[in-house]
Amino acid sequence: MLEKKKDYHAWLYLIIPLVLLSIFTFFPLIKTIIISFDNGYNKWQDAFSFRFSFDSYIAIFQYPPFLQTLKNTLLIVFISVPLSTVLALLIAVGLNSIKPFQKVFQTVFFLPYVTNSIAIGMVFAVLFNLHTGLVNGVLEIFGIDKINWINRNDGFFQGSYFRKMFVLQAYILWDALAFKILVFIGGLQNISKQYYDAAKIDSTPKKRVLMRITVPLLSPLIAYIMITSFIGAFKTYDSVVGIFGNNWEMTKDIQTVVGFVYQMLRADSINSYSYGAAAAVVLFLIILLFTGINLWVSKKRVHY
Amino acid sequence: MNTELEIKKQNTSRILLKILTYTFLTIMAIVIIIPFYWMVITSLKSATEVELFPPTLFPKEFVFYNYIEALERANLIRYFINTMIVSISSTILGTFFSIFMAYALSRLNFKGRELIFTLLLATMMIPGEMMVITNYITVSNFGWVDAGQGSRVANGPYYAMIVPFLISIFHVYLLRQTFKQVPNELYYAAKVDGTSDWKYLWRVMVPLAKPSIITIIILKLMGAWNSYVWPNLVASENYRLITNGLRAAFSNSDTGRTEFHLQMAATVMVTLPLLIVFIIFRKYIMRGVSRSGIKG
Repeated sequence: MLEKKKDYHAWLYLIIPLVLLSIFTFFPLIKTIIISFDNGYNKWQDAFSFRFSFDSYIAIFQYPPFLQTLKNTLLIVFISVPLSTVLALLIAVGLNSIKPFQKVFQTVFFLPYVTNSIAIGMVFAVLFNLHTGLVNGVLEIFGIDKINWINRNDGFFQGSYFRKMFVLQAYILWDALAFKILVFIGGLQNISKQYYDAAKIDSTPKKRVLMRITVPLLSPLIAYIMITSFIGAFKTYDSVVGIFGNNWEMTKDIQTVVGFVYQMLRADSINSYSYGAAAAVVLFLIILLFTGINLWVSKKRVHY
Repeated sequence: MNTELEIKKQNTSRILLKILTYTFLTIMAIVIIIPFYWMVITSLKSATEVELFPPTLFPKEFVFYNYIEALERANLIRYFINTMIVSISSTILGTFFSIFMAYALSRLNFKGRELIFTLLLATMMIPGEMMVITNYITVSNFGWVDAGQGSRVANGPYYAMIVPFLISIFHVYLLRQTFKQVPNELYYAAKVDGTSDWKYLWRVMVPLAKPSIITIIILKLMGAWNSYVWPNLVASENYRLITNGLRAAFSNSDTGRTEFHLQMAATVMVTLPLLIVFIIFRKYIMRGVSRSGIKG
């Protein structure tokens, strides 16, 4: 009774946020899907042709640059996410087991999170620079010749795809650790000491403690981390721009699906938005699929 | 005798494990620090020293002038002001709207509340890239885009960078969860005393949810500071944000090579403010982050 009579009151609080969300979140979702099916959509006049088909989808899957970005994205997802999760878990367990300097280490490991992806990507480009980079400088100590990691056509060297991908993965790994370590430490501190005391009494080896107590008890968190990281990795873009720049022609062999979407926004052809929209929908479906798989697997495997 | 030996063996293995742990952590910490270190020392090297190979691990002399030159070259002061305008206004407005929305969804009763909340939860999972194409069309239609010849609406790019991202569903969700924890009894007591909903929000709810609100404010600021792609699309020259300025050319007009000392000086200036904010608000950021999983 008390609250019922002021029904309109609540809408006063909601009206502006809801209008904004409708214009910039709900409406775009629907419109993007429609554009992706309307291959004749004219982007200059914002006019639909109302001939709906799968043409845009078929076209992008026959378009080599898109397939390349898809391949790059999948490589990033399947290499960087598992690697960074395992590494972060090890670091978190290590951090949790020490007392002196724990806070110092924790702060250091968190630093990459509060940095700008573009800015540090540029630092990586300097580190891996062909002529003056630190990495090549270190390699020279071991008598290894300069390696062209990321530089573009430089005399007779051409940075190979493999090396570019290596640098990109290294950067993404570096960038991804912070968040995971933080979450894992939170989880580790929530594990009851009793389990470890019991293991100590039985003098269980440390490796066994890790695999039989820590990992199973952390499994819900690991599942959560995997889901969010998969989603995050599928949306990689800033890191690529940071290292390689934003010139599409010069970076298209290393670009991601998100990069493709943005390129379609800048492209000149009349129906490029349809291709961009189709790529965005494909990305969304892949993310949805992976989230589903992840949830399903974690439901089966996550238990105490 | 035997047990003594056993204990000794256990002790050595424990010490060994400690040493291993510290070595591992130190190596990883160094890997994390190297880019920061390299960024700072490169920014202080002279134009000739950056060209050396193998690179020097410490500048022979500190050239602080690099910073001034970088500021002038990349128009960074202008971009910095733009970034402040965009991040401060979107943070203030966005936080207010998030508070209103979370309050209505958690405390007030009205028809359709669950429906709205479900809708929000469903959209929280959808990547922003799904919206970007249509949003670009929308802001172009509003005349907010400046593709080089100026925008139809005065200062349009500011609107284009602020308005579409005012409401973050995740932030509304985070605040709603916090508001939900405030016991109902407080609300009824306030009602008996004749307090209005509006007063109750500002006198009770907001002070109680202060930590969450600070977290949201910081996440919003970080997001605005780091945003790159969208500003790059909708703004040109005078409306660019600081990250866009970074990718501006720092190449020597004679040799065509990138002048890394200047580029790194600019990078330091972009990275530093966030690091300072982080040091001051470490607690809030870490808490917010461990709940979000969204960078920026």
